[in-house]
Amino acid sequence: MSSAAKNLATARHTDTTLSVEQVSYAYSSNPAQAPLFTLEATSLQARAGEIVAILGPNACGKSTLLKLIAGSLAPLSGRVLLDGAPTHTMTPRVRAQRIAMVQQESPLLFPSRAWEFVLQGRHPYSRTLRFESEEDITIARNALAQVGAEHLTDRWMDKISGGEKQRVILARALTQQPVLLLLDEPTLHLDIAAQVDLLDALRRLASVNRYIVVVVTHELNLAAEYADQIALLQRGRCLRVGPPSSVYQRELLEQVFQTPLTVETGPSGRPRVNVWAGPAAERS
Amino acid sequence: MQPLTLQRLLVRCVALAGVLFVVVVVALKLGAVPVSLYGLAQDLIRFAFHRTSALSSNYSLIIFDIRLPRILLGIFVGASLAVAGTSFQALLRNPLADPYVLGVSSGAAVGAILAVIIEPHLALSPEAATLLTPLGAFLGALATIAGVYLLGRRNGGIDSNTLLLSGIITASFLSAIIIFLMNILTSRDRGGMAFWLMGDLSTPLQANLSWVIRVGFFLAAAAIYTTASDLNLLLAGEKEAMHLGVDIKRVRIVVYVAASILTGLAVSVSGTIGYVGLLVPHLMRLIFGSDHRILLPAAAFGGAIAVVLADMLARTVVAPGELPVGAMTALVGAPLFIYLLRRRMT
Repeated sequence: MSSAAKNLATARHTDTTLSVEQVSYAYSSNPAQAPLFTLEATSLQARAGEIVAILGPNACGKSTLLKLIAGSLAPLSGRVLLDGAPTHTMTPRVRAQRIAMVQQESPLLFPSRAWEFVLQGRHPYSRTLRFESEEDITIARNALAQVGAEHLTDRWMDKISGGEKQRVILARALTQQPVLLLLDEPTLHLDIAAQVDLLDALRRLASVNRYIVVVVTHELNLAAEYADQIALLQRGRCLRVGPPSSVYQRELLEQVFQTPLTVETGPSGRPRVNVWAGPAAERS
Repeated sequence: MQPLTLQRLLVRCVALAGVLFVVVVVALKLGAVPVSLYGLAQDLIRFAFHRTSALSSNYSLIIFDIRLPRILLGIFVGASLAVAGTSFQALLRNPLADPYVLGVSSGAAVGAILAVIIEPHLALSPEAATLLTPLGAFLGALATIAGVYLLGRRNGGIDSNTLLLSGIITASFLSAIIIFLMNILTSRDRGGMAFWLMGDLSTPLQANLSWVIRVGFFLAAAAIYTTASDLNLLLAGEKEAMHLGVDIKRVRIVVYVAASILTGLAVSVSGTIGYVGLLVPHLMRLIFGSDHRILLPAAAFGGAIAVVLADMLARTVVAPGELPVGAMTALVGAPLFIYLLRRRMT
């Protein structure tokens, strides 16, 4: 059998490009009324192997932008192109073969084992009623191995810890053999060790499997440490896109997050944010 | 890692078919008129080889003209309700969903009664007239599930509790309509109707109707089975399923229409039999797990077994009298349901 990396890497598109071109969106409960929330025209580009972090305070449009990239929302204007094809007009099946989404976990209605869960990632490749092939099983095993979760294979999904579950969910995304991996607050509810584990895994996946990784997060320092590009959003406007060093400016971050803070250069040479001690200190 | 293979699926189905066969033989034997097992075996073998002229005796009439058709009807009704219940539970993401709880059975009953009321006013041939009832039941079921689904939606997603409450309210509203409609019926029809409403397999079917039941069951169940792996993904939620390539709109239409056909057919020939569509899927899930590729056929067999057993009890416990089979499923089902509910919580 081929190695895990070879098996999961997307041989088809090693030079994948993601191009978000002036996309905007508006939520409204009633078309006649003014929209409740708008995302103003946002653009960014990413290449295979890059990690893009979308940052911003609550309700700034991070998740909306992620859904637009995933193609599950149709943009009001502009377009999101994955290798030149608009993501929101892809059929669900084709989209699932190219884009994997890791969401904040939703509880399962009936319990299932980790391997059953991971094999679901092969769904976009299966025919109606086709049973899993040897190849599907190998891919699932490799995916579990690649995120360091082989030991969880036969465990029940409702009997493992949050960090372990997050890895299994990531493994399922890998079995989709995507070119674009999207994550919505993957580190939420994880302790610091589990957060670093997960982000290390993402970094590896981006470079070894040549994925484009887009991650929505609240963790300013972890984003600075791991992301190649940062998109900073505030109230539906994309204020800046660029490498961490260009986005992490004290005045800009203070204004966006409404918190006094300082920015310094950390041991890794990347920016690091310190929140001032005080009543708001717990919040960063 | 032990993924489902065709072989494992077939082994389980054959085992369940074996259990069903044993239950059918027992159900053939038991009844108001005693039949010896030996004579029964002889007759079954002769029947199987189409040597019906050589059937021994006086009780072949009872077995092959009364008990066997009734058992076959029970098999189709039970399988229909259990498959409909299984698919509702997955699609609506609600372990308490089934045609009875959601009011779909009541909707089918209203449709069937309306068909009975309208039928004399339409100059139909007798063959077409018998098919009007299942058609009415199907339309009633489909309208009800559409209504309950719309009532149960909040903020673009299905809210489990709202959905369940909408179903229960709809069911009680439709029951009131049924009472109202019963008064329009002539007293001749009314007596049978009351028994039918509680769930009843004793009325013999016309040949064309029983043909429709069988074909309808296989088509609708096959349609639902094509969505089996989609239903597996829906257990984690509609958004998750969509990101894994499930065409949710297609699955929804296939399941709602097919499950309405199954419920409509079952209700039009046997009235509203409760608990089968709710409990059988849970029992089968305990035994076979929640992969719908095995769960759907297992539920079909399980539903058939449950209804044949329930009807056997309904025929025998107060013999020579009879209970409606729906009363029997409720007597056994309600305590079993409470047990499963408590077990789940602990």
